[in-house]
Amino acid sequence: MANEKKATRAAYGETLVELVNEGLDVVAVEADLSGSTTTKKLGDAYPDRLFNVGIAEQDMVGVAAGLALTGHVAFTGSFAVFGTGRVYDQIRNTVCYANLDVKIAPTHAGVSVGPDGGSHQMVEDIALMRALPNMRVLVPADYAAAKAAIKLAAETPGPVYVRMGRASVPCVYDADATFEIGRAHVLRDGSDVTIVACGVEIDEALKAAEMLAEKGISAEVIDMFSIKPLDEERLLESVRKTGCVVTAEEHSVIGGLGSAVAETLCDSYPAPLVRVGMQDCFGTSGEMAELMREFSLDAQAIVEAAEAAMAKKQA
Amino acid sequence: MNLEDLKGKANDIRIDIVKMVAEAGSGHPGGSLSSAEVLCALYFGGVLEHDPSDPKAAGRDRFVLSKGHAAPVLYATLAEAGYFPVEELATLRKLHSRLQGHPDCRKLPGVEASTGSLGQGLSIASGMACGLRLNGEDSTVFTLMGDGECQEGQVWEAAMFAAHRSLDNLVAIVDHNHLQIDGAVEDVCSLESLSAKFEAFGWQVFVCDGNDMEAVVSTLEAAKASRGGKPKAVIAETTKGKGVSFMEGQAGWHGKAPNAEQTEQAIDELTDKEAMHG
Repeated sequence: MANEKKATRAAYGETLVELVNEGLDVVAVEADLSGSTTTKKLGDAYPDRLFNVGIAEQDMVGVAAGLALTGHVAFTGSFAVFGTGRVYDQIRNTVCYANLDVKIAPTHAGVSVGPDGGSHQMVEDIALMRALPNMRVLVPADYAAAKAAIKLAAETPGPVYVRMGRASVPCVYDADATFEIGRAHVLRDGSDVTIVACGVEIDEALKAAEMLAEKGISAEVIDMFSIKPLDEERLLESVRKTGCVVTAEEHSVIGGLGSAVAETLCDSYPAPLVRVGMQDCFGTSGEMAELMREFSLDAQAIVEAAEAAMAKKQA
Repeated sequence: MNLEDLKGKANDIRIDIVKMVAEAGSGHPGGSLSSAEVLCALYFGGVLEHDPSDPKAAGRDRFVLSKGHAAPVLYATLAEAGYFPVEELATLRKLHSRLQGHPDCRKLPGVEASTGSLGQGLSIASGMACGLRLNGEDSTVFTLMGDGECQEGQVWEAAMFAAHRSLDNLVAIVDHNHLQIDGAVEDVCSLESLSAKFEAFGWQVFVCDGNDMEAVVSTLEAAKASRGGKPKAVIAETTKGKGVSFMEGQAGWHGKAPNAEQTEQAIDELTDKEAMHG
């Protein structure tokens, strides 16, 4: 498992098939991206359970709402940029306002999309989805976490957002790891600084912790799998021990994980915080690794942020 | 219910609409009054299979009010049908009322979907039609859209999808009253020919006088019965503000409550009509 890499989106279609096999009444509505998101696998196994509306994302969400209103658990697909931003009103007014069993689960989120460029690199989706009443927000870090997120979304009544990516990322979790909505995972214990990350940033955070260890700094790494509800208990427990925090996300520092952590710290335990993420800017074309450096999202950037957070703590 | 009784019931619904909007001090009388016959035909004319004593009854037909701002006509109809007490209509738009400014399916029995943001009901209804089919249910899904609402692009996304999926268990009714907030639909952004558009999208199209009770009942029955592999559109030609002389054909009454004097006149006019229907 250690060196295996797999995209979170690879878990999507096959998990939907497993859920139907297990007897859940799951359907998916797709907007001409079933191959990319992998919802096609559901259509291949159960042709009557995949509804491809064509390039019509607004209709995708409305059809999913209608399916939910007739008793089915409906997942929507498309890319994160279209599947959240383009259909924000449909998600807000038709899905969340009525608390429907619609699961917004697009793929290709964040700058890790790569060469398609800034138009397709969605870096505001967590902010948009987190602000919606009734919505839960899950960001799986790897393939196993994505499988769990899809299952949790299907089994939990009401709207859930699952953020998946295009890129292959290292597998962090064993296949039998257990996940819960509202529960974070401490992946590495430490005492000097808490690094809270999500999605593809987990790999960078773990690398950063190694680099910090070489400098004699002990970093705790938390995978904030559930951004809403946030696992405040695990976050605060860690910060009470370390006294400072770094957040890391391939998402804007406005409204995402960094903001959620900042809100909790302000409410409950003020502590120095440095937010690694997109600094109020759009992405650009490039390979994922290049972009992680370009936008200071890589392990080196997290190391620098950790040192900055620790300096604030001592000030 | 016979034709005369149906006409009387439509008139009762209109009186309810005027009273509730006046009491609320805001709301949308124009497009509520224009669609009273359509709602009355569905719920009292035997078109919609439904049970007010069991709003979630298996096998029921579905009705989605896509033009959610016409909530008063839906609430008046549901109350008259017995889904909740008619007295509750007086709570429209008030704090803690189940009768929200736009329909909320989590609050009020009989409301099948929360609507209010235009252009979404046809997608929801299409999804319901797919979902019922997947369940092996033979029920019909109806939705009522405004004509101005058909300027929303999502309506045509849904129109394409419904035809592609051969959703002949779906009936979309358009309340074609020719007016929207900013004026005549044809002046704001032309829609015509609405019938030709739906036909071109692969729908079976019916056109009727949407304020003629007999025509509305027979057209909706025919549309429901037709199962030829195509979704059905019913273009109901109506008059906005129908039944209240000073509101008829006036865009200004789209979203405005009558004052006390206007309310009295409106109710007097409708009560005279009521006497006509016995």
